[in-house]
Amino acid sequence: MLEVQNLSMRFGGLLAVDQVSLDVQEREVVSIIGPNGAGKTTVFNCLSGFYRPTGGRILLDGREIQGKPDYRISRLGLVRTFQHVRLFNRMTVVENLMVAQHRHLNTNLLSGLIATPGYRSREQKALDRAAYWLERVGLLELANRDAGNLAYGQQRRLEIARCMVTEPRILMLDEPAAGLNPAETRELNQLIVSLKEDYNVSVVLIEHDMSLVMGISDRINVISQGRPLASGTPEEIRSNDEVIKAYLGEA
Amino acid sequence: MMAQSFRHALFCGVITLIIAWPILGLKLVAEGTSITVRGADAFTWAAVAVAAVVVFTFQLFRDRLMGRLEVLQALNPLANREPLPDAKRIRLENIGMVLLIAVALVWPFLVSRGSVDLATLVLIYIMLALGLNVVVGLAGLLDLGYVAFYAVGAYTFALLSSYWGVSFWMALPIGALLAALFGLVLGFPVLRLRGDYLAIVTLGFGEIIRILLNNWTSLTGGPNGIGGIPDPTLFGMEFGRRVRGEGNVSFHETFGIPYSSEHKVIFLYLIALVLAVFTALVIRRLMRMPVGRSWEALREDEIAARSLGLSRTGVKLSAFTIGAFFAGFAGTVFASKQGFISPESFVFLESAIILAIVVLGGMGSQLGVILAAIAVTILPELAREFAEYRMLIFGAAMVLMMVWRPQGLLPMRRRHIKLKGV
Ligand SMILES: Nc1ncnc2c1ncn2[C@@H]1O[C@H](COP(=O)(O)OP(=O)(O)O)[C@@H](O)[C@H]1O
Ligand SMILES: [Mg+2]
Repeated sequence: MLEVQNLSMRFGGLLAVDQVSLDVQEREVVSIIGPNGAGKTTVFNCLSGFYRPTGGRILLDGREIQGKPDYRISRLGLVRTFQHVRLFNRMTVVENLMVAQHRHLNTNLLSGLIATPGYRSREQKALDRAAYWLERVGLLELANRDAGNLAYGQQRRLEIARCMVTEPRILMLDEPAAGLNPAETRELNQLIVSLKEDYNVSVVLIEHDMSLVMGISDRINVISQGRPLASGTPEEIRSNDEVIKAYLGEA
Repeated sequence: MMAQSFRHALFCGVITLIIAWPILGLKLVAEGTSITVRGADAFTWAAVAVAAVVVFTFQLFRDRLMGRLEVLQALNPLANREPLPDAKRIRLENIGMVLLIAVALVWPFLVSRGSVDLATLVLIYIMLALGLNVVVGLAGLLDLGYVAFYAVGAYTFALLSSYWGVSFWMALPIGALLAALFGLVLGFPVLRLRGDYLAIVTLGFGEIIRILLNNWTSLTGGPNGIGGIPDPTLFGMEFGRRVRGEGNVSFHETFGIPYSSEHKVIFLYLIALVLAVFTALVIRRLMRMPVGRSWEALREDEIAARSLGLSRTGVKLSAFTIGAFFAGFAGTVFASKQGFISPESFVFLESAIILAIVVLGGMGSQLGVILAAIAVTILPELAREFAEYRMLIFGAAMVLMMVWRPQGLLPMRRRHIKLKGV
């Protein structure tokens, strides 16, 4: 349903992304791997509308979305997390999830001011959905704490929950396992699998943890210095000589 | 290091001389039909010299003196205290609000007419500051031209009443909505600008409105202003000695009491009080609604907010428009209270004062803003003898405040929705 064709992104003299193509089908986990500085995050920034790509096309359900403003793309169901966690630190955990549900709430000022039944029922639904996802990522007890006070692993989970309450179709995770301990990484693994199987979400994953990537990806794209190096199933990637030479070999 | 600060101090001292010499040292004296330039007396020259030396010495030892100021901050027992727990803070704020309203209700019946009049002005400033607080404190947009929307509200009422005889109660929503419309139209192109640029553009807009009012003589009367703006009525009852409006009756005759000019002043005060309370309640409610949440989210982390589907322009525009709405509200009340308005009431200084109230109050907390509005409006009245030094005192107070308690009187925390049962 998501198709990226020959995506390029140039910053002045630097071609950070060079003719990268990939596609994502329903209920699929597609990974992007590559050494640091390969241009993976830049691909995400183009997909999520933060950058206007200098070349190529991005199609969602066959419709071009490249260059659309970021908030519109997110409303189309393409939602991301950040390599460096970006929470609303001085807001509580549950408020973080309420902000994300802005579109599900009744934003009519008048009905909010007099708190019509319709307004209240939508607010309650949003709260319920927030509670559901907090439970799901094990943060329910911390719902009324400030997000900035959570431990790092908890912040990562909250960021994923915050994406999920928007009811996305495609979730893009930028190095979600970075800084997690092995137990937390295992939980993350299970969570991603469940997102795909239980919630019909496709996941695009940037990750350096090879056992995680190899374990859950349906397909993997390798890029190096902005250029696509290889793509295929985990087995194909594992046995690809070029990939081993350029990337896996060093690690 | 020392040489550098010496050079800097010397520079500042010389600048002081250069500025003070023509301003204080030269005087224009009218002699018959001509004007001649005279030098000032020896005392003034001495004062200018002393001022230059003081500036020089201060700049020379500035770092050390500013170091001392930090001691001042350490002396303040409240400076670094942990903020109160949310529940307790909210309870205290609510108690404070209720007390304030109670005092405000009995106030006009206890004090003189002049004090009631002043209190009405305070209430108008409270409305303005609460509105600007949405823009600056909650949405984080530095608006230096807020007074423009105040002017739109005031002039809307003045013009509607003088051309079509529209009453206060009709003009109140029209003025507020028109001001909001102005906010929307101005905000749309400029809210893409960041920080300082936004401040400059809004500053310019404020001046443009004032200059427009000043020069569009055929409509606004220019610098002569518009007079004869009617007072509000209470269910068709007028408060003047004689009835002016068609079909109206007069208040004192209806109740069979002798006429007193105080009735009108008190009535206006009560209207302002009701509207100020209304403003506070509406904004309080807005803060807890999705729109208030999105203001805070966008201020906290714009990129994250956008990635979750919040439109930056949309969110900022909503704050700008709502702020303008309440300025228009206040403007209508102001026009009615004065009975006469001219562009002079809407100079940049007004914007600056309202902004100072918001900053002193603590950028976002309503009780803080209200207390600051009271202080900023009343203190200059109490210290009439120092009227000439008003701005100086004002500036000094701001500087001290920034050193002593940069977060404002009562820093704000938006009240967050709670997830129950956890
Ligand atoms: N906004 C930008 N301006 C200029 N160069 C950038 C910008 N964003 C990324 N780059 C450059 O693009 C290259 C790829 O970066 P990035 O996508 O973050 O790599 P990765 O996520 O794969 O580690 C890097 O050389 C980086 O310096
Ligand atoms: Mg990266």
